[in-house]
Amino acid sequence: MPVFKFTLNGAPVSVDTEGDRPLIDVLREEFGLTGTKFGCGEGQCRACTVMLDGRPSFSCVNTIRMVSGRTVVTIEGVSKDGRLTPVQQAFLDEAAIQCGYCTPGMVIAATALLDRDPRPTEDAIKSAMNMHICRCTGYPRIVEAVKTAARLKAMAQAREVNHVGAE
Amino acid sequence: MLEQNRAAALADPERYELRETPVRFAGVDRRGFIQLTASGLLIAVFATESDAQWGRAVTSLDARLIIGKDGRITVLNGKVEEGQGALTQLGMAAAEELRVPVSRIGVVMADTDRTPDDGLTAGSRTTPSTVPAVRQAAAAAREILVAAAAAKFQVDQSAITVKDGAAHASGRRFTYAQLAASDGFTESMKRAPGSATLTAPAEWTVLGKSQTRLNGGDIVTGKYQFPSDITRPGMVYGCVLRPPAYGAALQSIDLEAAKTIAGATAIRDGEFVAAVGPNAHAARRAVRAMSDSAKWQEKPHPSSTVLYDHLKRTAKGAGRGNTSGEPDKILASASVKLQAEYNAAYVQHAPMEPRSAVAEWTAGKLTVWTGTSNPFAVRSALAQAFGIQPAAVRVIVPDFGGGFGGKHTGEAAIEAARMAKQVNRPVWLRWSRQEEFTWAYSRPAAVITCEAALDGSKLTAWKMANINSGTAALDIPYEVANRDTRFIEADSPLRQGSYRCLAAAANNFARESFIDELAAKAGLDPLEFRLANLTNPRLRAVLIAAAERFNFKARWRRKQAGRGVGLACGTDKGSVVAACVEVEPGGAGQPPRLVEIVQAFECGPIMNPAGLRSQVEGCILMGLGAATREEMVFENGRVTSNMFSRYRVPRFADTPKMDLIFLDRKDTEPAGAGETPIIAVAPAMANAQFHGSGRRFRSMPLKG
Repeated sequence: MPVFKFTLNGAPVSVDTEGDRPLIDVLREEFGLTGTKFGCGEGQCRACTVMLDGRPSFSCVNTIRMVSGRTVVTIEGVSKDGRLTPVQQAFLDEAAIQCGYCTPGMVIAATALLDRDPRPTEDAIKSAMNMHICRCTGYPRIVEAVKTAARLKAMAQAREVNHVGAE
Repeated sequence: MLEQNRAAALADPERYELRETPVRFAGVDRRGFIQLTASGLLIAVFATESDAQWGRAVTSLDARLIIGKDGRITVLNGKVEEGQGALTQLGMAAAEELRVPVSRIGVVMADTDRTPDDGLTAGSRTTPSTVPAVRQAAAAAREILVAAAAAKFQVDQSAITVKDGAAHASGRRFTYAQLAASDGFTESMKRAPGSATLTAPAEWTVLGKSQTRLNGGDIVTGKYQFPSDITRPGMVYGCVLRPPAYGAALQSIDLEAAKTIAGATAIRDGEFVAAVGPNAHAARRAVRAMSDSAKWQEKPHPSSTVLYDHLKRTAKGAGRGNTSGEPDKILASASVKLQAEYNAAYVQHAPMEPRSAVAEWTAGKLTVWTGTSNPFAVRSALAQAFGIQPAAVRVIVPDFGGGFGGKHTGEAAIEAARMAKQVNRPVWLRWSRQEEFTWAYSRPAAVITCEAALDGSKLTAWKMANINSGTAALDIPYEVANRDTRFIEADSPLRQGSYRCLAAAANNFARESFIDELAAKAGLDPLEFRLANLTNPRLRAVLIAAAERFNFKARWRRKQAGRGVGLACGTDKGSVVAACVEVEPGGAGQPPRLVEIVQAFECGPIMNPAGLRSQVEGCILMGLGAATREEMVFENGRVTSNMFSRYRVPRFADTPKMDLIFLDRKDTEPAGAGETPIIAVAPAMANAQFHGSGRRFRSMPLKG
């Protein structure tokens, strides 16, 4: 079987498996990263969203062959030093979790959105997240969480700037 | 209370149970005992009367609550967390009565070896029955702690105050940990929960305040293990071969084809054919390889295009009715009367996590991790299926990815256990989305007929009959002396079972649409007509609250091109709801678009405002799905709406402007909040569609 090498949550990894195996299966079964959730297998619900080369991408239709040489970040690799990111914190604060199964994909999508648009409007949030399904359905809470995350992130960055300025 | 619940469940079984023939098989190695349903799916459901649908009372306090010598407090309950907020609410209930912050409470749910049998998690029963049971136990434990403290302090119990996890008297304190370690404490916790005094809603400090999900931190980081995330040492992955169509019988299959896939093993047991492999991909490929060689005998199956005719044609007699007065006589002589028929399509729950299970046999004992709302009944089903004692089966239900009434069964658990028994290793199984859409059960489709007579603004006779979907909220909440409401069973082409509010959504859709038609007939506005016939004070209160906030009367009179407004109200499971909406009316084959909704809801004293808001918003959006686009489509025994690209559920962009009104009634009994808020959306939208376009849509999903 072929060996595929890629970067996973910041570390170089390799896996020896069939090239047409879905990325989500490899992440979950070979690396034990079960935070990435299967919802539909056809790219229609985005529960399985991971970051691929810095952009949100579904992992159910993508195969392991397609990520060879690339960089993958899963929900387990989103937070740093065991601290919640502004997006994760905002999902907790705004009660944007019901069953929580769509949450990892939503957190990754929201993180990517705020990276390219730090102060998105409500319409921009709905549009950016529209392919993500929440059946519970927590869309209004999730929209609030993304707005709150934008504020938390701006505050954290302001603190950082002040801190650097003081040094 | 429990007996009443049980009696209610027996009187109204179609609300929560599938009407399918129980299946018995004695084990995978004993051919001949195996029977399969027509679908080819092995299902064993609620076979014995000893399965208490609403659970059993605990006889010892420590079965419900443990206060450790380390001060740790653990609440044990047999309910499940599927996104509805039971975990957090039950933790809050214990914290309230034990006078500690909720962060001090550990909640263990749905593990048949560890937790009490609290029955099925359904019917909005957690709030009115399990929450009080937990509060009773916690309040009794508090009394025991106070008694232990009184002995230590050598003071009268009345001199002791309990707060922040410690007993205080005259400036000194003993922590719960110290008290739990005192002589006789463990024995005291063996007594039956009595009737300790519960904290009145006006005194609540934990309940009544917003609390977000207790294990939310593990959810946002991906650490939390849902049923489909469970792994076991030596575990292999399974996949089940499904028939191509409902009722198809397997004629022949080449199991050897599975050997072309490295590491895969074929399993056959009668019509049950499956494969396990070192990973899910291998198992799926092995099943696909065998499937290519399979020959099936198909049989005719009604398609969704003839669904309503099929239900009417197979309706079984006059059904079960509730009659008072003389509705037929009044209708025969009335000068103002109306008649209409409404339909509701099958819809699916489509929870984000498909059915999943991991099964492991160890020395004749079976352990299954699975997502089900009915852990103890699934334990019975597994015991029955394998011919072993229930005590030899342990069902563990991790918090799972959504149910909405769609996971009252244990299909994946049984299938995984069958495979695990055959290969003698733990087996993981997760249904695909296509399997879920085809082989899971649906909310029943309905044909509902309404007939009524008017005298001025007053209803004088009312007849309503529901074919196939059930009795929930079938009784009319309006005042009418002469009435007949009935439920008539029919032959259902699809597996059908519970759903959020089940038949209440269809029944309320029909009734509230028809009430609007009657209001037009009487020449009154929809609000005036309802108020003229409604005395239920709680229902009137939500109706008036929503209408005032929405400014309904003025907006209804002001006709505006391309805009329609409508309202609806209803009651079920002890709570009341009313909605006012604005829509952009739909055209031929197009549903209306929901622009704005004002919804008022009341479920007694509010226990967790954050949880309540989530439930009501979720119900509105789920109700919007069934009102506008969700519909099971099937032909020749095949479900063609078997993917999210063909079964359109609400998306972010469908979220309307929402304004929610919560009436907090501390003087009434608490009722559940996860279901009833779904029932006003579709009729309010249908009524707004008519207001805006002059066209009445009488079918769910709404389309012309």
